[in-house]
Amino acid sequence: MATWRPDPSFYPSPRMAAKAPKETLAYVAAFDPDRKRPDAIAVVDVDPASATYSQIVGQVEMPNVGDELHHFGWNACSSCLCPNAPHPHVERRYLVVPGLRSSRLHIIDTKPDPRKPEIVRVIEPSEIAEKANYSRLHTIHCGPEGIYVNALADRDGNAPGGIFLLDHDSFDVLGQWEMDRGPQKLAYDFWWHLGHDTMITSEWGTPDTFENGLVPEVLLASKYGRRLHFWDLTRRKHVQEIDFGEEHQLVFELRPAHDPTKAYGFVGCVISLKDLSASIWTWYREGNQWAVKKVIEIPAEPADPDLLPPVLKGFEAVPPLVTDIDLSMDDRFLYVSCWGTGDMIQYDVSDPFAPKEAGRVRIGGIAARASHPKAPNGALNGGPQMVEISRDGKRIYFTNSLYGAIDPQFYPEGIDGWMVKLDVGDSGGIAVDEKFFVDWPKGHRPHQVRLEGGDCSSDSYCYP
Amino acid sequence: MTNIWPWLSLAGLGAFHGANPAMGWLFAVALGLHRQSARIVWLSLVPIALGHAVSIAMVLAVVTAFGAVLDLRNLQLAAAILILGLAGYYGIYGHRHRVTVGMRTGMAGLALWSFLMATSHGAGLMLVPAVMSLCLTDHAAITGMSSSLPISLAAVGVHTGAMLAVIAAIALLVFGWIGLAALRSAWINFDRLWTLALGATGIILLIS
Repeated sequence: MATWRPDPSFYPSPRMAAKAPKETLAYVAAFDPDRKRPDAIAVVDVDPASATYSQIVGQVEMPNVGDELHHFGWNACSSCLCPNAPHPHVERRYLVVPGLRSSRLHIIDTKPDPRKPEIVRVIEPSEIAEKANYSRLHTIHCGPEGIYVNALADRDGNAPGGIFLLDHDSFDVLGQWEMDRGPQKLAYDFWWHLGHDTMITSEWGTPDTFENGLVPEVLLASKYGRRLHFWDLTRRKHVQEIDFGEEHQLVFELRPAHDPTKAYGFVGCVISLKDLSASIWTWYREGNQWAVKKVIEIPAEPADPDLLPPVLKGFEAVPPLVTDIDLSMDDRFLYVSCWGTGDMIQYDVSDPFAPKEAGRVRIGGIAARASHPKAPNGALNGGPQMVEISRDGKRIYFTNSLYGAIDPQFYPEGIDGWMVKLDVGDSGGIAVDEKFFVDWPKGHRPHQVRLEGGDCSSDSYCYP
Repeated sequence: MTNIWPWLSLAGLGAFHGANPAMGWLFAVALGLHRQSARIVWLSLVPIALGHAVSIAMVLAVVTAFGAVLDLRNLQLAAAILILGLAGYYGIYGHRHRVTVGMRTGMAGLALWSFLMATSHGAGLMLVPAVMSLCLTDHAAITGMSSSLPISLAAVGVHTGAMLAVIAAIALLVFGWIGLAALRSAWINFDRLWTLALGATGIILLIS
């Protein structure tokens, strides 16, 4: 219901949001890779003063099995304060949680008891197919016209994937977002520059090329996504496409600068077909066009073939596999998850064209199996994957699973889930919080983390 | 112009509309912040006031046109039903609309935005009782367009003048001194006040 005052977790600008109180809870998507028991949203205590710090203190199970919970988001956030479409008296209260495999949407109420969230509405895939013609729901963002949900495929599992809108009060499916999609076919992530009326979307592939794992032939033929698409956010029109070239495959997570006056952002490319390296690219405004530049290249690491899964033995190297990145609220530090090597790297991106490494930790990794002081068994599998930053930029949380069908291609014995936390030094540098390690209960693997009140990939802002 | 109250109510509603962040002052401040210019804040106020004035004028033109053919009581009833219906709709469904104008807008887009915001929120309808009492009083019910036109124009002028004064004052105060952090606590739910004001307008028309 509407309130008299704006939700206290809405901030006009990223500068103000960075002064928000510390989060005490994290919500984490957890799924069963065997699709036998229901997936869940787990509630993790992240308050160091609490007796249950670093423990799962609550959980809400989905009503079905096999959803593959993946990414999720809030019904409303700081963009509600935007001057052109103000609706600031909505509460940030509901988590909008899609199943990537099932295409089912769950609306979860966190208000009555934030530690005991409850499902209040389930939107079935048939309703989404009928009203928006999409399936394979991926990323959620709250924005100027309501809740934006992107989908990796149309209702039949083919291209094009795209975006549809949900009403942020009723959660009714409002319909497809695009009015003119131009040449865009594949979908993965999306976000925007509210100050520049621009949406950006990236590319993965169609479900037949990932739902049973990555297909080596598709990858080697450079048939997975490798493009960025730029859109007019208010006219809902495709305006420009940038192709990264045949060498680059899987253009994934988009992190535009939080400051709405800035017109640049970062995107990760998972793998280069030339040398298995991963790369980070900066997109920026050049004249009347958008342009991209590769600003970071992370090389593959040579490794003993005995330590490698079949798919990598012939290469005798571990690819970094940058599968998630995240940008701090002050646009200063970019965090890069190398799911293959096990590194979490912090770059100072004050100059977005000349990043400097500022910190690095290693946990897990295909060959490294690096441990954590609080890990019970010593050698960890999986690697840094979905990463989230607290609004003040002081705490970094991440989990270790990528996607049910892809996990065993790189970690053949399966993944034992964990969630860890890093502390950030005052002028950069990262260190493991030795007291925080969630040894994820068997049967579930953790994926995206959302922090109470908002985090560095949940909110967008209209004021500098 | 013997009675001062209709004019005061036009001006008061102008101030009320102007104070609502969704009617433009906040947009002017945002554009000023984006382009780092106090001049942009000032300049933006002009299309915002203009778009609002055109919306109001359209509603008043329709009302006075009907005033020429309907008798006063029927017109009041028709207007009351329309306004209460709209208030009921807002009460149930809230104010929602497609976002057509973004942060890169020019002055023409801003005028269009202001026109659409005022029109879709029924800003002009709130002025109907005051304008009726000015243009369509008992003895002048049949005076028609000839004499109601200047009065209506004056009504639009008074309302828009008051609105402009308020958006200018708030925009410059917020841009220059207060800052946007105040939004977090000071932005009361104008949508709800607005719906209540529309409801009150309908009731006034019904009982007057």
